[in-house]
Amino acid sequence: MLTYTIRRLVLSIPTLLFISLGIFLLLELAPGDPMAQVPLTVPPEVKERMREALGLGEPTHVRFWKWLVQFFWIEPQVFIDHVLGTGFSEGKLRIISWQHRSPVMDVVVQRLPQTLWVVGTAYVVGVLIALPIGIYSAYRQYSIFDQAGTFITMIGYSIPPFFTGPLVIVVFSVQLGWFPFIYDTTHQVTDWDSFIVQLKQMIMPVMVLALQTTAQISRFMRASMLDNLNQDYVRTARAKGLSEAVVVMVHVLRNSMIPVVTVIALGMPAIFGGAIITEQVFSVNGIGAQLIGAIQANDLPTVHTITFIFAVLIVFANLTADILYGLLDPRIRYE
Amino acid sequence: MNETRAPQASSPSRSQWAEIWHQFKMHRGALLGAIIFVLIIGTVFIGPLLWTIDATYIDIRARNQSPGWTHPFGTDQLGRDTLARMMVGGQTSIAVGLTAMLLALSLGSVIGVLAGFFRRLDGPLMRLTDLFLSLPLLPLLLVMVLLFRESLSSIFGPESGIFILIVVAIGITSWMPTARIVRGDVLALKEREFVLAARSIGTTNLGLISRHILPNVLSPIMVSATLGIANAIITESALSFLGLGFPPDFPTWGRLLIDATVYLQDYPERVFWPGLAISLTVLSVNYLGDGLRDALDPRIRGR
Repeated sequence: MLTYTIRRLVLSIPTLLFISLGIFLLLELAPGDPMAQVPLTVPPEVKERMREALGLGEPTHVRFWKWLVQFFWIEPQVFIDHVLGTGFSEGKLRIISWQHRSPVMDVVVQRLPQTLWVVGTAYVVGVLIALPIGIYSAYRQYSIFDQAGTFITMIGYSIPPFFTGPLVIVVFSVQLGWFPFIYDTTHQVTDWDSFIVQLKQMIMPVMVLALQTTAQISRFMRASMLDNLNQDYVRTARAKGLSEAVVVMVHVLRNSMIPVVTVIALGMPAIFGGAIITEQVFSVNGIGAQLIGAIQANDLPTVHTITFIFAVLIVFANLTADILYGLLDPRIRYE
Repeated sequence: MNETRAPQASSPSRSQWAEIWHQFKMHRGALLGAIIFVLIIGTVFIGPLLWTIDATYIDIRARNQSPGWTHPFGTDQLGRDTLARMMVGGQTSIAVGLTAMLLALSLGSVIGVLAGFFRRLDGPLMRLTDLFLSLPLLPLLLVMVLLFRESLSSIFGPESGIFILIVVAIGITSWMPTARIVRGDVLALKEREFVLAARSIGTTNLGLISRHILPNVLSPIMVSATLGIANAIITESALSFLGLGFPPDFPTWGRLLIDATVYLQDYPERVFWPGLAISLTVLSVNYLGDGLRDALDPRIRGR
């Protein structure tokens, strides 16, 4: 197991390098010029110097190498400095956003909590709703509850968040006036009342994101439970007189959770992608909104960095899922 | 010539496709999904012949009308007829969905068959698939559309340029699941006796693949085709929704949806039609796929 983990970790390095190179080369083809906004009165030699200052004068491979060094060497140093108060990164050049003229990672760190709050809560809520639905619809297969559950999950699959978003806004903000439809990112939680305000503004985005999660995970849970419910060990457990609750909730559930846990791990990065749209609908000023802004402003370092962070999340989620599968299921042997 | 004897009534022998159709009919959701999908396609492509108001005709005096007899779905802020725009938008959305699905499907099938059939190609192709699966797809799609929009528009014109771009972008980012499924099936099929028999009478690799392997992996390919349509329609709408799809005056369902969200407070019903169209299409296609999966699986068939 340990060798497998190490081998997978080592293998993920070239994967990430390839992805990073791919994104970089794709961005290299960008026709946009960051100097386009500079007034025409600026003389060409000054413009050339500004271009140099942005690091645009050098050939592609040098710039890719510099980005790699900045991302994997200098940014961690900045992080260590920030935590421990040391001075490793002093005077070293970080990845600078062309849009804000400040380090990309600073903006990411500012924006990330918003995304994590909304996306993280939504994921947890979605999973917590999905598991009981999946368990019960498998236990009562083809009952009315199961049919309704199937229909609702199909709807959850099929209705995109950019429709459910406006829909809940129409119902809960415009018609009922319960919740605000613009997420206030500057809101501080200090006391009970401000916590209620925060809760209110989080409910709708969380609802929209959780619907997607619930739809997928309850399907998996149901299928996995159905696989296990007909197994011989279940009959044995019933035959030796265990109560139905113990049979289902302990014996079957624990075995059914094995694939579901890996699906939950796999789904985590995907929900970040989905959050891009949800953040746009509710004006959450998170990392997805930052990416969209950077794409529209032709801010290539930011686009590269954020896309790469997403890629890292995906690669590590895949890795976690595979390792979890091996840890939870003793029948799986990785050599 | 003697009379041919009628087949015995006790054992009606049906062809494979009749058998599949029989099973498909049993799945009520799938049948309903198929009917709705055909209806939507029919409305969208034949409807404009009957409902002749031009989707781009601006009648500023009739702007912001609620649904009525002259405009069954109402009009938008420029007085354009929403029903006409929905149908034209649907043509684009469904065309994008179908073409992107075909591209993804052919890419996925080719890669899957090659990886499954030729052992030497298996490693590299599957690593490539893994690599593509680790890509953050939505951000990359956005970047691709942004980068190549201008250059393709200037070559092919603004509409067909962006059409090609979106179809290709969706196609090359969604072939991976198909490739994996097809590879798995081909690996299993390759070891079967009939393949060995075909090989023993001197069938070439090309003949083996086209005559013996491909027909047998058709069912997973068809199932992933339905899922592919749904995925492509949603992705196209998402791109339009984020402002990186078709140009503003060129309606698609996603574009109509985002245009309507601006007027959400005053005319909330306007969001409803495009959203309903997208959801209904995707829902019907998903049910269709569900039914196809059951109908094409011989282990379930006949139960």
